[in-house]
Amino acid sequence: MVYTTTEQPIMTQSEFLKVVMPFKDKLYRLSKRLLTSAEEAEDATQEILMKLWSKNDNIANYKNVEAFAMTMTKNFCLDRLKSKQSNNLKLVHSNYEDGNTSLQKQLEARDSVSWVEKIMEELPDQQKLVLQLRDVEEYDFNEIADLLEMQPTAVRVALSRARKTVREKLMQKHSYGIG
Amino acid sequence: MELDRIEKLLEKYFEATTTVEEEEQLRDYFSQDSVAPHLEHYAPMFTYFSIAKDERFTKQVPLKPRVSYHKWISIAAVAVMAFGIYFGNDYREQKEAEYAYNETKKALGLLAQNLERGTQKVAYLNEFEQTKQKIYNNN
Repeated sequence: MVYTTTEQPIMTQSEFLKVVMPFKDKLYRLSKRLLTSAEEAEDATQEILMKLWSKNDNIANYKNVEAFAMTMTKNFCLDRLKSKQSNNLKLVHSNYEDGNTSLQKQLEARDSVSWVEKIMEELPDQQKLVLQLRDVEEYDFNEIADLLEMQPTAVRVALSRARKTVREKLMQKHSYGIG
Repeated sequence: MELDRIEKLLEKYFEATTTVEEEEQLRDYFSQDSVAPHLEHYAPMFTYFSIAKDERFTKQVPLKPRVSYHKWISIAAVAVMAFGIYFGNDYREQKEAEYAYNETKKALGLLAQNLERGTQKVAYLNEFEQTKQKIYNNN
């Protein structure tokens, strides 16, 4: 029997986790941005990681596993949204801390901050993605362009549009007051 | 004062021409308490982005211990071959023995038949001898 020795050494579980650890939160945040529900985002992230694990032996061949995983996540979530036209659960998220502003200010801030999240939910998927990848994950334009299979200039346009929309809607909320 | 610079950065920010570092500076500026009043309404945006970044994926991922497929397949194949060679040999030997036995039996049977025919012929010979003896005796 002839044995081929050119095969990639197969990663162990702990090696795999070490590769995946640094960006698993990013996958989750991207999923949550698109799917809105924390639960669904968790399931999606889990699924993506398991898919990566099953590809394990070629994972070492990818230059940039993170970018690959992010693209996978994006496609997975968009497919999921398409397949069920999303009757999403709304997410209320409140785990941020604020040091020494007064309670009044804190409550106010909490409201406006959660507004931003709601405003982002209303953006078109592509703008949502661009804003998430840039302002939350701090990717540069070329990376975003690769991930979303877009031109860098198109990324810039979408990003500018998304930021302006958020600003505008935030202003509206402010002038209407709370509620 | 750096307020001027922040205002310029904000302008660039909405045109999406700021660098990642400049955006970092904006987030830093809006995360502190002394934000200029006329810029305060921008704060929630940048605060939200900083908060959003802190969200973590806490669920465990059940990774099935991946048996390397090839290895087990080849082990199985070797096992099957060894089994085949071992028991196959036995089987073949048994078949051979049976065949040899049958052939021998056939050969022996043939021999027995021919021998009998031979004895019959010898019986004729006996008859001849007896008759010859009779003739001798008569003379």
